[in-house]
Amino acid sequence: MNYIGIDIGSTAAKVTVFNDNALVDNYALPTGWSSVETAKAIRTRLEKGGVDLSSSKVVATGYGRISVPYADKTVTEITCHGAGTTYLFGKNATVIDIGGQDTKIITLVDGKVADFVMNDKCAAGTGKFLELMSNTLGVGIEELARMALEGENIAITSMCTVFAESEVISLIGAGTKRESIARGIVNSITGRVYALLHKHGAKDPVFLTGGLCEIEPFVHLLSEKIGTPVKTNSMARYAGSIGAALIAMKI
Amino acid sequence: MRPIVMEEVEALRGVNSVKVKEAHEQGRKIVGMYCIFSPSEIALAADAISVSLCGTSQDPIEEAEKELPRNLCPLIKSSYGFAITDKCPYFYFSDVLLAETTCDGKKKMYELMGKLKPMHVMNLPQTANDEDSLEFWKREMVKFKGFLENQFNTKITDEKLRDAIRLMNRERNVMKRLHKLNAHKPAPLAGTDMMKAQWLKGFNVDKEAGIELIERLIAEVEDRVEKGIYAFDEKAPRILLTGTPIGVGSDKVLKALEEAGASVVAFENCTGYKGLDVMVDEDKDPITALAEKYLSTPCSCMTNNNGRLDLIRRMVDEYKVDGVVDLTWQACHTYNIESYTVKKFVQEELGLPFIQIETDYSDSDTGQVKVRVEAFLETLDSRSLV
Ligand code: SF4
Ligand code: SF4
Repeated sequence: MNYIGIDIGSTAAKVTVFNDNALVDNYALPTGWSSVETAKAIRTRLEKGGVDLSSSKVVATGYGRISVPYADKTVTEITCHGAGTTYLFGKNATVIDIGGQDTKIITLVDGKVADFVMNDKCAAGTGKFLELMSNTLGVGIEELARMALEGENIAITSMCTVFAESEVISLIGAGTKRESIARGIVNSITGRVYALLHKHGAKDPVFLTGGLCEIEPFVHLLSEKIGTPVKTNSMARYAGSIGAALIAMKI
Repeated sequence: MRPIVMEEVEALRGVNSVKVKEAHEQGRKIVGMYCIFSPSEIALAADAISVSLCGTSQDPIEEAEKELPRNLCPLIKSSYGFAITDKCPYFYFSDVLLAETTCDGKKKMYELMGKLKPMHVMNLPQTANDEDSLEFWKREMVKFKGFLENQFNTKITDEKLRDAIRLMNRERNVMKRLHKLNAHKPAPLAGTDMMKAQWLKGFNVDKEAGIELIERLIAEVEDRVEKGIYAFDEKAPRILLTGTPIGVGSDKVLKALEEAGASVVAFENCTGYKGLDVMVDEDKDPITALAEKYLSTPCSCMTNNNGRLDLIRRMVDEYKVDGVVDLTWQACHTYNIESYTVKKFVQEELGLPFIQIETDYSDSDTGQVKVRVEAFLETLDSRSLV
């Protein structure tokens, strides 16, 4: 029997397929403009891969979770990231998930979400912020993070994305080294995560999920900022969809 | 199905706006108030009608932002917006306004609002914990009494104050009984209905009729309990809502909670049970009794505000609560800061799950609020565990 987890986030959709207890597939596709279309595309891809949806259990999560008509159940990304982290890492952790639209901190105790916080409704401190700022600098996110390692430790002080962008533009105009600007941008994310983490009350170990976990320089700078090594896993990007698939097993 | 009497309760808003107009035309005096620190008894003793003007709707906020800063608590902006747009019949027909020096935002907004109508501002002490504050607050009661006597050219006797105290205590008592119905598990009344009943009471022109209506609602609900008809089933997680005031139009978090399957059984906020907990002592000198009662309000404007923690503790027990939701309006410093204290208290001392939700009156973050609410409820539900 197949258990499928679908995590439709604001920038990417992640899919995980379990065959009984074995994780057989993980993949991601861009969300595009409509999560309904994304859900259709996922269905086609699943069926092409030989999955019979009528005899599978499907759990949808993420912002587009309500756009998956073939899902048996919807669960929030908080619970799914918690379940996914339990599977990938362990039952006790503080999970940081930097998503496209929001950043979440989740406290896992004995494999159960004990507490969580999310940033408020502005984009500062989220993946979207990083994406917008790297566009302004004209580089990709990976490149931005790599450059940041070599830059000076400057600060971008504007909290709001719109103002931060003009701040970046004036730094470029003033001839500040691009590496330092990159560092400032990353600092602004890690700084927000740090504040959120401490207000929330973080406990070791800290585990990073979401797309940024694949960017090693970012993980390095985040660890440095929060003062404890941030653990991650090559599959941590799929923590949400893995968690959703695991929950599907319990239906 | 809801209790039938709820329809009558909901109709109150329309009925009362007509009644307020009629009362005005008959020469009755109307005192508009904004807060549960406001001693309605003194207004009633002046043979006036007291109405609550606290803004709970997004509608007039845009207008208000022409004069007020955007990053201000939506309750303050909404209240002011109603005042400058003549959209609220209750404001329109108010002869005088009563305000208090509670939070900074309100206090400064009142300076602008005071230009629109005669306004009396009561100086609220910053703490409730010492004798000086009580003496000070007593003098503020006397000043307000003097203000109304002057404005309305009347004499407020102790006898009239005592009558008003007894009437308000009866109203508090009946509302208290209504709230306590939801201590029953499962809850017989939806949180949204409880909130409405409490909120609409604030516009009641005829107190006696209002008391009678709530009596009938209680009787119907008790009858339903006997027949086993409830608003939620046994398994619905039971939530205590604390934090900033809510009303119709600013109830999105309450709605999101109940739409996601929770049963909001207890309202610790000032638009809920907070003002009902303590009665006015009917045997004491009326001014002292009023000062004591109102000063005991556990609002975040007070420092310290340990009374709020105590109230939460008692309500958590009585209402068999599974989780606590602390609602704070954006830019409300007092509640936002206090949320940290409440969180520690609820998690560590009461051992219950807690979440703070910070938002405003707009719909712009409905999706985010939904995620927070649903995820919180998932953490309460051990069945969703892997
Ligand atoms: S929260 Fe406090 S200041 Fe605000 S209306 Fe309620 S009692 Fe008054
Ligand atoms: S919610 Fe906070 S900021 Fe708004 S009026 Fe009440 S105390 Fe003041």
